[in-house]
Amino acid sequence: MTAVLVPGEATGEVVVLESPLSFWGGFDPVTGEITDRSHPQHGVSLAGKIVVMGHGRGSSSSSAVLAESLRLGTGPAALVLGEADQILVTGALVAHLLYEAACPVVVASMPPGASGIWRVSGAGLESV
Amino acid sequence: MKRGRAASTRLDETTIIPLTGLRRPVMTGPVRWFSVKRTPYRDSMRLTDSDRAMLGGEQGEAAAIAMGLVVAAGSALGAPGLLDITGAHIDSCLYHGQASLDFAERLLRSGGAVSVPTTLNVGSLDLLHPDLYRGDPDTARKARALMDAYLAMGCQPTWTCAPYQLASRPALGEQVAWGESNAIVFANSVLGARTNRYGDFLDICCAITGRAPATGLHTDGGRMATIQLDVVVPDECLDRDLLYVALGHHLGRTVGTEVAVITGLDERAGEDRLKALGAAAASSGAVGMFHVEGITPEAPSRKTALGGRAAHSVVTVGLSELRRVISDFHSDGNELGAVSVGTPHASLSELEMLARLATGRASAVPFYVNTGRDVLAEAAGQGLVGILEGFGAQFVTDTCTYTTPIMGSVQGSVMTNSGKWAHYAPANLGVDVVLAEMADCVESAVRGRVTLELTL
Repeated sequence: MTAVLVPGEATGEVVVLESPLSFWGGFDPVTGEITDRSHPQHGVSLAGKIVVMGHGRGSSSSSAVLAESLRLGTGPAALVLGEADQILVTGALVAHLLYEAACPVVVASMPPGASGIWRVSGAGLESV
Repeated sequence: MKRGRAASTRLDETTIIPLTGLRRPVMTGPVRWFSVKRTPYRDSMRLTDSDRAMLGGEQGEAAAIAMGLVVAAGSALGAPGLLDITGAHIDSCLYHGQASLDFAERLLRSGGAVSVPTTLNVGSLDLLHPDLYRGDPDTARKARALMDAYLAMGCQPTWTCAPYQLASRPALGEQVAWGESNAIVFANSVLGARTNRYGDFLDICCAITGRAPATGLHTDGGRMATIQLDVVVPDECLDRDLLYVALGHHLGRTVGTEVAVITGLDERAGEDRLKALGAAAASSGAVGMFHVEGITPEAPSRKTALGGRAAHSVVTVGLSELRRVISDFHSDGNELGAVSVGTPHASLSELEMLARLATGRASAVPFYVNTGRDVLAEAAGQGLVGILEGFGAQFVTDTCTYTTPIMGSVQGSVMTNSGKWAHYAPANLGVDVVLAEMADCVESAVRGRVTLELTL
Protein backbone atom coordinates (compact mmCIF):
# COMPACT_ATOMS: atom_id res chain seq x y z
CA MET A 1 0.00 0.00 0.00
CA THR A 2 1.16 3.51 -0.73
CA ALA A 3 -0.83 6.24 0.95
CA VAL A 4 -0.70 9.78 2.26
CA LEU A 5 -1.32 9.88 6.01
CA VAL A 6 -0.42 13.51 6.59
CA PRO A 7 -0.55 15.62 3.42
CA GLY A 8 2.09 18.13 2.44
CA GLU A 9 5.22 18.59 0.40
CA ALA A 10 8.86 18.25 1.38
CA THR A 11 12.23 17.90 -0.30
CA GLY A 12 15.34 16.65 1.41
CA GLU A 13 18.12 14.14 1.66
CA VAL A 14 16.94 10.59 2.28
CA VAL A 15 18.00 8.80 5.46
CA VAL A 16 16.96 5.16 5.51
CA LEU A 17 16.83 3.89 9.10
CA GLU A 18 18.56 0.54 9.29
CA SER A 19 16.50 -0.51 12.29
CA PRO A 20 13.32 0.83 13.94
CA LEU A 21 13.69 3.96 16.06
CA SER A 22 11.67 5.13 19.04
CA PHE A 23 11.72 8.93 18.87
CA TRP A 24 11.24 9.00 22.63
CA GLY A 25 14.36 7.69 24.28
CA GLY A 26 16.14 7.40 20.94
CA PHE A 27 16.16 10.89 19.42
CA ASP A 28 17.06 14.27 20.88
CA PRO A 29 14.65 17.00 19.73
CA VAL A 30 17.18 19.69 20.68
CA THR A 31 19.96 18.41 18.42
CA GLY A 32 17.89 16.42 15.93
CA GLU A 33 20.22 13.44 16.35
CA ILE A 34 19.65 9.75 17.06
CA THR A 35 20.71 9.15 20.68
CA ASP A 36 19.82 5.45 21.02
CA ARG A 37 23.23 3.92 21.64
CA SER A 38 22.06 0.54 20.37
CA HIS A 39 20.87 2.02 17.06
CA PRO A 40 23.21 1.42 14.11
CA GLN A 41 22.86 5.09 13.11
CA HIS A 42 23.55 6.51 16.58
CA GLY A 43 24.61 10.16 16.16
CA VAL A 44 23.05 10.61 12.71
CA SER A 45 21.02 13.82 12.28
CA LEU A 46 17.43 13.55 11.06
CA ALA A 47 16.92 17.32 10.86
CA GLY A 48 15.43 18.28 7.50
CA LYS A 49 15.78 14.73 6.18
CA ILE A 50 13.31 12.50 4.39
CA VAL A 51 13.35 9.76 7.00
CA VAL A 52 12.48 6.27 5.78
CA MET A 53 11.51 3.82 8.53
CA GLY A 54 10.15 0.31 8.24
CA HIS A 55 8.02 0.72 11.34
CA GLY A 56 7.96 2.64 14.58
CA ARG A 57 9.06 1.16 17.85
CA GLY A 58 8.65 1.56 21.55
CA SER A 59 7.27 4.44 23.47
CA SER A 60 3.90 6.05 22.96
CA SER A 61 5.63 9.36 23.80
CA SER A 62 7.22 9.45 20.36
CA SER A 63 4.44 11.70 19.05
CA ALA A 64 5.34 14.39 21.60
CA VAL A 65 9.05 14.15 20.81
CA LEU A 66 8.35 14.37 17.07
CA ALA A 67 6.12 17.44 17.59
CA GLU A 68 8.73 19.10 19.79
CA SER A 69 11.44 18.55 17.18
CA LEU A 70 9.19 20.04 14.49
CA ARG A 71 8.60 23.05 16.75
CA LEU A 72 12.34 23.48 17.16
CA GLY A 73 13.07 22.92 13.46
CA THR A 74 15.20 19.86 14.17
CA GLY A 75 12.64 17.32 13.00
CA PRO A 76 12.44 15.33 9.80
CA ALA A 77 11.24 17.04 6.60
CA ALA A 78 8.98 14.05 5.96
CA LEU A 79 8.45 10.50 7.14
CA VAL A 80 8.19 7.58 4.73
CA LEU A 81 6.87 4.61 6.68
CA GLY A 82 6.69 0.93 5.86
CA GLU A 83 3.36 0.69 7.67
CA ALA A 84 0.81 3.18 9.03
CA ASP A 85 1.67 4.45 12.51
CA GLN A 86 -0.85 6.55 14.42
CA ILE A 87 1.75 7.71 16.94
CA LEU A 88 3.87 9.48 14.32
CA VAL A 89 0.81 10.74 12.40
CA THR A 90 -0.49 12.37 15.57
CA GLY A 91 2.86 14.04 16.28
CA ALA A 92 3.01 15.51 12.79
CA LEU A 93 -0.60 16.74 12.89
CA VAL A 94 -0.21 18.41 16.27
CA ALA A 95 2.94 20.21 15.11
CA HIS A 96 0.91 21.46 12.17
CA LEU A 97 -1.98 22.51 14.38
CA LEU A 98 0.16 24.37 16.91
CA TYR A 99 3.04 25.72 14.84
CA GLU A 100 2.01 25.27 11.21
CA ALA A 101 5.08 23.06 10.90
CA ALA A 102 4.83 20.70 7.95
CA CYS A 103 5.98 17.10 8.10
CA PRO A 104 4.17 14.97 5.53
CA VAL A 105 3.82 11.33 6.49
CA VAL A 106 3.32 8.70 3.81
CA VAL A 107 3.31 4.93 3.62
CA ALA A 108 5.43 3.69 0.72
CA SER A 109 8.35 1.45 0.03
CA MET A 110 11.45 3.26 -1.14
CA PRO A 111 13.44 1.41 -3.80
CA PRO A 112 16.40 -0.44 -2.29
CA GLY A 113 19.49 1.73 -2.23
CA ALA A 114 17.56 5.01 -2.45
CA SER A 115 19.68 7.98 -1.47
CA GLY A 116 20.26 11.60 -2.42
CA ILE A 117 17.55 14.23 -2.60
CA TRP A 118 13.92 13.19 -2.88
CA ARG A 119 10.64 15.06 -2.92
CA VAL A 120 7.54 13.86 -1.07
CA SER A 121 4.21 15.26 -2.23
CA GLY A 122 0.61 14.25 -2.84
CA ALA A 123 1.76 12.95 -6.24
CA GLY A 124 4.22 10.53 -4.75
CA LEU A 125 7.90 10.09 -4.00
CA GLU A 126 10.29 11.41 -6.59
CA SER A 127 14.07 11.59 -6.75
CA VAL A 128 15.22 15.07 -7.76
CA MET B 1 11.17 13.42 -13.62
CA LYS B 2 14.79 12.65 -12.98
CA ARG B 3 16.86 15.75 -12.68
CA GLY B 4 20.14 14.33 -11.54
CA ARG B 5 20.61 11.96 -8.71
CA ALA B 6 23.36 10.81 -6.44
CA ALA B 7 25.87 8.45 -8.02
CA SER B 8 25.24 5.89 -5.35
CA THR B 9 21.58 5.30 -6.22
CA ARG B 10 20.83 2.09 -7.99
CA LEU B 11 17.40 3.05 -9.20
CA ASP B 12 15.97 1.99 -12.49
CA GLU B 13 13.76 4.20 -14.66
CA THR B 14 10.82 4.31 -12.26
CA THR B 15 11.68 7.03 -9.83
CA ILE B 16 8.17 8.19 -9.03
CA ILE B 17 6.26 6.13 -6.53
CA PRO B 18 2.62 7.17 -6.70
CA LEU B 19 0.66 7.53 -3.49
CA THR B 20 -3.04 7.24 -2.80
CA GLY B 21 -4.21 10.71 -1.91
CA LEU B 22 -6.74 11.61 0.72
CA ARG B 23 -10.05 13.07 -0.34
CA ARG B 24 -9.61 16.01 1.97
CA PRO B 25 -5.94 16.84 1.92
CA VAL B 26 -6.44 20.39 3.13
CA MET B 27 -3.32 21.02 5.14
CA THR B 28 -2.12 24.24 3.58
CA GLY B 29 -2.40 27.60 5.25
CA PRO B 30 -3.12 28.30 8.89
CA VAL B 31 -5.30 25.76 10.61
CA ARG B 32 -7.41 27.44 13.29
CA TRP B 33 -8.88 24.15 14.37
CA PHE B 34 -9.78 20.86 12.81
CA SER B 35 -13.08 20.66 11.00
CA VAL B 36 -15.06 18.44 8.66
CA LYS B 37 -13.46 20.24 5.73
CA ARG B 38 -9.90 20.45 7.00
CA THR B 39 -9.27 17.14 8.69
CA PRO B 40 -7.46 14.70 6.42
CA TYR B 41 -9.50 11.52 6.23
CA ARG B 42 -10.77 9.03 3.74
CA ASP B 43 -14.33 8.79 2.49
CA SER B 44 -14.22 5.09 3.28
CA MET B 45 -14.34 6.06 6.95
CA ARG B 46 -17.94 6.23 8.18
CA LEU B 47 -18.57 8.84 10.83
CA THR B 48 -21.79 9.08 12.81
CA ASP B 49 -23.81 12.27 12.87
CA SER B 50 -22.53 13.05 16.34
CA ASP B 51 -18.91 12.43 15.23
CA ARG B 52 -19.45 14.89 12.40
CA ALA B 53 -21.13 17.40 14.66
CA MET B 54 -18.22 17.27 17.06
CA LEU B 55 -15.76 17.57 14.20
CA GLY B 56 -17.72 20.57 12.98
CA GLY B 57 -17.29 22.35 16.31
CA GLU B 58 -20.81 21.93 17.72
CA GLN B 59 -19.35 20.88 21.08
CA GLY B 60 -16.66 23.51 21.14
CA GLU B 61 -13.19 23.96 19.80
CA ALA B 62 -11.38 21.46 22.02
CA ALA B 63 -13.77 18.67 21.07
CA ALA B 64 -13.36 19.60 17.40
CA ILE B 65 -9.56 19.49 17.64
CA ALA B 66 -9.76 16.19 19.52
CA MET B 67 -12.18 14.63 17.06
CA GLY B 68 -10.04 15.86 14.16
CA LEU B 69 -7.01 14.02 15.50
CA VAL B 70 -8.99 10.87 16.30
CA VAL B 71 -10.43 10.84 12.78
CA ALA B 72 -7.08 11.56 11.11
CA ALA B 73 -5.38 8.80 13.10
CA GLY B 74 -8.21 6.39 12.36
CA SER B 75 -8.02 7.23 8.68
CA ALA B 76 -4.27 6.67 8.68
CA LEU B 77 -4.87 3.18 10.02
CA GLY B 78 -7.69 2.47 7.59
CA ALA B 79 -10.35 2.28 10.33
CA PRO B 80 -13.90 1.95 8.97
CA GLY B 81 -15.23 4.20 11.76
CA LEU B 82 -15.01 5.00 15.46
CA LEU B 83 -16.25 3.17 18.55
CA ASP B 84 -17.20 4.20 22.10
CA ILE B 85 -14.66 3.82 24.88
CA THR B 86 -15.36 3.44 28.60
CA GLY B 87 -12.07 4.81 29.93
CA ALA B 88 -8.70 6.26 29.05
CA HIS B 89 -5.16 6.39 30.41
CA ILE B 90 -3.16 9.46 29.47
CA ASP B 91 0.57 9.43 28.77
CA SER B 92 0.64 13.03 27.52
CA CYS B 93 1.10 14.40 31.05
CA LEU B 94 4.82 13.54 30.94
CA TYR B 95 6.72 16.64 29.81
CA HIS B 96 8.67 16.25 26.56
CA GLY B 97 9.14 19.90 25.76
CA GLN B 98 7.12 22.99 25.04
CA ALA B 99 4.97 21.16 22.48
CA SER B 100 3.53 18.95 25.24
CA LEU B 101 2.44 21.98 27.22
CA ASP B 102 1.29 24.03 24.23
CA PHE B 103 -1.07 21.23 23.17
CA ALA B 104 -2.55 20.67 26.64
CA GLU B 105 -3.06 24.38 27.23
CA ARG B 106 -4.59 24.78 23.78
CA LEU B 107 -7.14 22.08 24.62
CA LEU B 108 -7.79 23.47 28.09
CA ARG B 109 -8.16 27.07 26.87
CA SER B 110 -10.66 25.93 24.27
CA GLY B 111 -12.81 24.09 26.81
CA GLY B 112 -11.25 20.61 26.84
CA ALA B 113 -12.70 18.13 29.37
CA VAL B 114 -12.65 14.35 29.44
CA SER B 115 -15.94 12.54 28.83
CA VAL B 116 -14.92 9.13 30.28
CA PRO B 117 -13.09 8.11 33.50
CA THR B 118 -9.46 8.90 32.79
CA THR B 119 -6.30 8.01 34.73
CA LEU B 120 -2.96 9.77 34.39
CA ASN B 121 0.43 8.24 33.67
CA VAL B 122 3.61 9.40 35.37
CA GLY B 123 4.48 13.05 35.07
CA SER B 124 7.99 14.51 35.15
CA LEU B 125 7.85 15.42 38.84
CA ASP B 126 7.45 13.49 42.06
CA LEU B 127 4.79 15.57 43.77
CA LEU B 128 5.10 13.58 47.02
CA HIS B 129 8.91 13.87 47.15
CA PRO B 130 9.58 17.17 45.33
CA ASP B 131 13.08 17.56 46.77
CA LEU B 132 14.29 14.63 44.65
CA TYR B 133 14.20 16.71 41.47
CA ARG B 134 17.66 17.84 40.36
CA GLY B 135 16.79 19.31 36.96
CA ASP B 136 16.27 22.74 35.51
CA PRO B 137 13.71 24.82 37.50
CA ASP B 138 12.11 26.21 34.35
CA THR B 139 11.49 22.68 33.05
CA ALA B 140 10.03 21.76 36.44
CA ARG B 141 7.64 24.71 36.29
CA LYS B 142 6.44 23.70 32.81
CA ALA B 143 6.20 20.03 33.81
CA ARG B 144 4.02 21.04 36.75
CA ALA B 145 1.87 23.24 34.53
CA LEU B 146 1.40 20.26 32.22
CA MET B 147 0.31 17.99 35.06
CA ASP B 148 -2.07 20.70 36.29
CA ALA B 149 -3.57 21.13 32.80
CA TYR B 150 -4.54 17.45 32.65
CA LEU B 151 -6.07 17.61 36.13
CA ALA B 152 -8.01 20.67 35.03
CA MET B 153 -9.42 18.65 32.12
CA GLY B 154 -10.91 16.23 34.64
CA CYS B 155 -8.31 13.43 34.72
CA GLN B 156 -7.65 11.56 37.99
CA PRO B 157 -4.32 12.23 39.79
CA THR B 158 -3.18 8.60 39.67
CA TRP B 159 0.31 9.41 38.29
CA THR B 160 1.27 5.84 37.54
CA CYS B 161 2.53 3.89 34.55
CA ALA B 162 0.83 0.79 36.02
CA PRO B 163 -2.86 1.82 36.04
CA TYR B 164 -3.70 -1.90 35.97
CA GLN B 165 -2.54 -2.00 39.60
CA LEU B 166 -5.23 0.47 40.66
CA ALA B 167 -8.37 -0.71 42.47
CA SER B 168 -10.47 -0.07 39.37
CA ARG B 169 -9.20 -1.52 36.12
CA PRO B 170 -10.87 -2.45 32.84
CA ALA B 171 -12.46 -5.87 32.43
CA LEU B 172 -12.26 -8.50 29.71
CA GLY B 173 -13.58 -7.13 26.44
CA GLU B 174 -13.85 -3.52 27.63
CA GLN B 175 -12.95 -0.91 24.98
CA VAL B 176 -10.52 1.71 26.31
CA ALA B 177 -7.91 4.13 24.94
CA TRP B 178 -4.65 3.81 26.80
CA GLY B 179 -1.30 5.47 26.35
CA GLU B 180 2.00 4.22 27.87
CA SER B 181 3.41 1.24 26.04
CA ASN B 182 3.69 -1.12 29.01
CA ALA B 183 0.16 -0.33 30.18
CA ILE B 184 -1.20 -0.93 26.69
CA VAL B 185 0.37 -4.36 26.37
CA PHE B 186 -0.78 -5.34 29.88
CA ALA B 187 -4.35 -4.15 29.28
CA ASN B 188 -4.64 -6.14 26.08
CA SER B 189 -2.70 -9.24 27.04
CA VAL B 190 -3.39 -9.80 30.73
CA LEU B 191 -6.72 -8.04 31.33
CA GLY B 192 -8.22 -8.74 27.92
CA ALA B 193 -9.33 -5.12 27.67
CA ARG B 194 -9.04 -3.62 24.20
CA THR B 195 -6.81 -0.72 23.25
CA ASN B 196 -4.57 0.24 20.41
CA ARG B 197 -1.17 1.80 21.05
CA TYR B 198 -2.28 5.39 21.68
CA GLY B 199 0.47 7.94 21.51
CA ASP B 200 0.77 11.23 23.32
CA PHE B 201 -1.90 13.74 22.19
CA LEU B 202 -4.21 11.08 20.76
CA ASP B 203 -4.87 9.57 24.20
CA ILE B 204 -6.41 12.79 25.55
CA CYS B 205 -8.30 13.28 22.28
CA CYS B 206 -9.97 9.90 22.76
CA ALA B 207 -10.73 10.79 26.39
CA ILE B 208 -12.35 14.09 25.37
CA THR B 209 -14.42 12.60 22.53
CA GLY B 210 -15.09 9.23 24.17
CA ARG B 211 -14.31 7.71 20.77
CA ALA B 212 -11.48 5.70 19.25
CA PRO B 213 -10.71 4.31 15.78
CA ALA B 214 -12.41 0.91 15.40
CA THR B 215 -9.42 -0.99 14.19
CA GLY B 216 -6.46 -3.14 15.19
CA LEU B 217 -6.49 -4.40 18.76
CA HIS B 218 -10.03 -3.03 19.30
CA THR B 219 -11.33 -5.72 16.92
CA ASP B 220 -11.51 -9.53 17.23
CA GLY B 221 -9.41 -10.03 14.12
CA GLY B 222 -6.67 -7.65 15.22
CA ARG B 223 -6.13 -9.60 18.43
CA MET B 224 -5.34 -12.94 16.83
CA ALA B 225 -1.77 -14.15 17.05
CA THR B 226 0.09 -14.46 13.76
CA ILE B 227 3.34 -15.85 15.09
CA GLN B 228 4.14 -18.52 17.66
CA LEU B 229 7.03 -18.41 20.11
CA ASP B 230 7.86 -21.73 21.79
CA VAL B 231 9.85 -21.30 25.00
CA VAL B 232 12.05 -24.34 25.59
CA VAL B 233 14.04 -23.95 28.82
CA PRO B 234 14.80 -26.12 31.88
CA ASP B 235 11.77 -26.11 34.19
CA GLU B 236 13.53 -24.35 37.09
CA CYS B 237 14.19 -21.33 34.85
CA LEU B 238 10.44 -20.58 34.94
CA ASP B 239 10.95 -19.63 38.61
CA ARG B 240 13.32 -16.82 37.64
CA ASP B 241 11.92 -13.33 37.14
CA LEU B 242 14.80 -12.60 34.78
CA LEU B 243 13.51 -15.20 32.33
CA TYR B 244 10.37 -13.17 31.69
CA VAL B 245 12.31 -9.93 31.24
CA ALA B 246 14.69 -11.52 28.76
CA LEU B 247 11.83 -13.26 26.98
CA GLY B 248 10.03 -9.93 26.62
CA HIS B 249 13.05 -8.29 25.04
CA HIS B 250 13.47 -11.21 22.70
CA LEU B 251 9.76 -11.11 21.83
CA GLY B 252 9.93 -7.42 20.91
CA ARG B 253 13.00 -7.93 18.76
CA THR B 254 11.46 -10.94 17.05
CA VAL B 255 7.89 -9.84 16.33
CA GLY B 256 8.03 -6.02 16.04
CA THR B 257 4.36 -5.04 15.97
CA GLU B 258 2.83 -8.50 15.59
CA VAL B 259 0.70 -10.37 18.11
CA ALA B 260 2.45 -13.55 19.23
CA VAL B 261 1.26 -16.58 21.15
CA ILE B 262 3.88 -17.82 23.60
CA THR B 263 3.91 -21.49 24.57
CA GLY B 264 5.92 -23.32 27.19
CA LEU B 265 5.08 -21.14 30.20
CA ASP B 266 2.79 -22.11 33.08
CA GLU B 267 0.98 -20.55 36.05
CA ARG B 268 4.29 -19.27 37.40
CA ALA B 269 3.85 -16.50 34.81
CA GLY B 270 1.87 -14.31 37.22
CA GLU B 271 0.89 -10.67 36.78
CA ASP B 272 4.21 -9.19 37.90
CA ARG B 273 6.14 -11.39 35.50
CA LEU B 274 3.76 -10.73 32.63
CA LYS B 275 4.08 -7.02 33.38
CA ALA B 276 7.88 -7.31 33.09
CA LEU B 277 7.59 -9.36 29.93
CA GLY B 278 5.23 -6.90 28.25
CA ALA B 279 7.18 -3.82 29.30
CA ALA B 280 10.38 -5.26 27.84
CA ALA B 281 8.61 -6.31 24.64
CA ALA B 282 7.10 -2.85 24.22
CA SER B 283 10.58 -1.32 24.62
CA SER B 284 12.54 -3.50 22.22
CA GLY B 285 9.63 -3.71 19.78
CA ALA B 286 6.23 -2.14 19.21
CA VAL B 287 4.32 -4.99 20.82
CA GLY B 288 0.76 -4.06 21.79
CA MET B 289 -0.42 -7.53 22.76
CA PHE B 290 0.77 -11.07 23.30
CA HIS B 291 -0.92 -14.29 24.37
CA VAL B 292 0.45 -16.93 26.71
CA GLU B 293 -1.13 -20.30 26.04
CA GLY B 294 -3.14 -21.47 29.02
CA ILE B 295 -2.49 -18.29 31.01
CA THR B 296 -3.80 -15.11 29.39
CA PRO B 297 -7.58 -14.76 29.05
CA GLU B 298 -7.87 -14.97 25.27
CA ALA B 299 -5.53 -17.94 24.90
CA PRO B 300 -7.08 -21.04 26.45
CA SER B 301 -5.23 -22.80 23.65
CA ARG B 302 -2.77 -21.75 20.98
CA LYS B 303 -5.44 -22.59 18.40
CA THR B 304 -7.84 -20.05 19.92
CA ALA B 305 -5.12 -17.42 20.17
CA LEU B 306 -4.25 -17.97 16.53
CA GLY B 307 -7.91 -17.69 15.53
CA GLY B 308 -7.85 -21.18 14.03
CA ARG B 309 -5.21 -20.21 11.49
CA ALA B 310 -1.66 -21.46 11.28
CA ALA B 311 1.09 -19.17 12.55
CA HIS B 312 3.13 -17.79 9.66
CA SER B 313 6.19 -18.77 11.63
CA VAL B 314 6.99 -20.78 14.71
CA VAL B 315 10.10 -19.62 16.54
CA THR B 316 11.83 -21.55 19.30
CA VAL B 317 13.45 -19.62 22.14
CA GLY B 318 16.00 -21.32 24.36
CA LEU B 319 18.48 -20.33 27.01
CA SER B 320 21.11 -19.24 24.50
CA GLU B 321 18.84 -16.54 23.04
CA LEU B 322 17.77 -15.36 26.49
CA ARG B 323 21.33 -15.28 27.82
CA ARG B 324 22.32 -13.17 24.84
CA VAL B 325 19.66 -10.61 25.77
CA ILE B 326 20.90 -10.46 29.35
CA SER B 327 24.50 -10.03 28.23
CA ASP B 328 23.42 -7.04 26.11
CA PHE B 329 22.44 -5.33 29.37
CA HIS B 330 25.55 -6.18 31.32
CA SER B 331 28.18 -3.48 31.42
CA ASP B 332 31.73 -4.42 32.38
CA GLY B 333 33.20 -4.02 35.83
CA ASN B 334 31.65 -4.62 39.21
CA GLU B 335 31.58 -1.04 40.46
CA LEU B 336 28.02 -0.29 41.61
CA GLY B 337 26.72 3.28 41.60
CA ALA B 338 23.05 2.81 42.39
CA VAL B 339 20.09 0.46 42.09
CA SER B 340 16.73 1.32 40.54
CA VAL B 341 13.76 -1.04 40.65
CA GLY B 342 10.07 -0.61 39.96
CA THR B 343 9.82 0.16 36.24
CA PRO B 344 6.94 -0.18 35.52
CA HIS B 345 5.85 0.99 38.96
CA ALA B 346 6.30 -1.73 41.60
CA SER B 347 3.19 -3.62 42.65
CA LEU B 348 2.34 -4.37 46.26
CA SER B 349 3.53 -7.96 45.80
CA GLU B 350 6.86 -6.73 44.42
CA LEU B 351 7.28 -4.44 47.43
CA GLU B 352 6.51 -7.40 49.70
CA MET B 353 9.22 -9.44 47.96
CA LEU B 354 11.66 -6.55 48.23
CA ALA B 355 10.87 -6.10 51.93
CA ARG B 356 11.52 -9.81 52.57
CA LEU B 357 14.92 -9.51 50.90
CA ALA B 358 15.82 -6.22 52.59
CA THR B 359 14.66 -6.81 56.16
CA GLY B 360 17.45 -6.17 58.67
CA ARG B 361 19.94 -5.17 55.98
CA ALA B 362 21.32 -1.85 54.74
CA SER B 363 22.07 -0.66 51.24
CA ALA B 364 25.53 0.79 50.67
CA VAL B 365 24.44 2.66 47.53
CA PRO B 366 21.42 4.81 46.60
CA PHE B 367 18.51 2.40 46.10
CA TYR B 368 15.51 3.80 44.25
CA VAL B 369 12.10 2.15 44.30
CA ASN B 370 9.59 3.53 41.79
CA THR B 371 5.95 2.91 42.56
CA GLY B 372 2.51 4.46 42.30
CA ARG B 373 1.22 6.67 45.11
CA ASP B 374 -1.77 4.37 45.63
CA VAL B 375 0.46 1.30 46.01
CA LEU B 376 2.79 3.27 48.31
CA ALA B 377 -0.14 4.13 50.58
CA GLU B 378 -1.17 0.46 50.73
CA ALA B 379 2.43 -0.59 51.42
CA ALA B 380 2.67 1.96 54.22
CA GLY B 381 -0.45 0.50 55.77
CA GLN B 382 1.24 -2.92 55.82
CA GLY B 383 4.46 -1.62 57.35
CA LEU B 384 6.51 -2.28 54.22
CA VAL B 385 7.55 1.33 53.75
CA GLY B 386 9.23 1.46 57.16
CA ILE B 387 11.18 -1.73 56.45
CA LEU B 388 12.34 -0.51 53.07
CA GLU B 389 13.27 2.95 54.28
CA GLY B 390 15.24 1.26 57.06
CA PHE B 391 17.14 -0.58 54.35
CA GLY B 392 17.91 2.76 52.74
CA ALA B 393 15.40 2.67 49.89
CA GLN B 394 14.31 5.99 48.39
CA PHE B 395 10.73 5.81 47.14
CA VAL B 396 9.95 7.64 43.92
CA THR B 397 6.28 8.14 43.07
CA ASP B 398 4.36 10.00 40.35
CA THR B 399 7.34 9.73 38.00
CA CYS B 400 10.24 7.39 37.28
CA THR B 401 14.01 7.57 37.70
CA TYR B 402 14.65 7.26 33.97
CA THR B 403 12.30 10.03 32.83
CA THR B 404 13.39 12.85 35.08
CA PRO B 405 16.67 13.98 36.73
CA ILE B 406 16.63 12.37 40.16
CA MET B 407 19.71 10.18 40.36
CA GLY B 408 22.37 12.81 39.66
CA SER B 409 25.82 11.67 38.54
CA VAL B 410 26.49 8.01 39.21
CA GLN B 411 29.92 6.42 39.67
CA GLY B 412 29.66 2.86 38.41
CA SER B 413 26.85 0.84 36.92
CA VAL B 414 23.21 1.03 37.87
CA MET B 415 21.57 -2.31 38.58
CA THR B 416 17.93 -2.86 37.77
CA ASN B 417 15.50 -5.75 37.57
CA SER B 418 13.59 -3.94 34.82
CA GLY B 419 14.09 -4.69 31.16
CA LYS B 420 12.42 -1.41 30.26
CA TRP B 421 14.68 0.64 32.52
CA ALA B 422 17.74 -1.21 31.19
CA HIS B 423 16.62 -0.42 27.66
CA TYR B 424 16.02 3.32 28.02
CA ALA B 425 18.28 4.51 30.85
CA PRO B 426 21.61 4.36 28.97
CA ALA B 427 20.36 6.92 26.40
CA ASN B 428 18.20 8.95 28.80
CA LEU B 429 20.66 9.21 31.69
CA GLY B 430 24.02 8.27 30.18
CA VAL B 431 24.50 5.43 32.66
CA ASP B 432 25.75 1.86 32.27
CA VAL B 433 23.32 -0.81 33.40
CA VAL B 434 23.35 -4.34 34.76
CA LEU B 435 20.09 -6.26 34.43
CA ALA B 436 19.55 -8.72 37.29
CA GLU B 437 17.07 -10.47 39.57
CA MET B 438 15.66 -8.40 42.46
CA ALA B 439 17.55 -10.63 44.93
CA ASP B 440 20.85 -9.87 43.20
CA CYS B 441 20.00 -6.15 43.17
CA VAL B 442 19.54 -6.25 46.95
CA GLU B 443 22.61 -8.41 47.56
CA SER B 444 24.74 -6.11 45.40
CA ALA B 445 23.38 -3.01 47.13
CA VAL B 446 24.34 -4.43 50.51
CA ARG B 447 27.85 -5.36 49.35
CA GLY B 448 28.29 -2.13 47.38
CA ARG B 449 29.42 -3.94 44.25
CA VAL B 450 27.82 -5.86 41.42
CA THR B 451 27.20 -9.43 42.55
CA LEU B 452 25.42 -11.86 40.27
CA GLU B 453 24.35 -15.23 41.57
CA LEU B 454 21.03 -15.78 39.85
CA THR B 455 21.70 -15.41 36.14
CA LEU B 456 19.92 -17.77 33.78
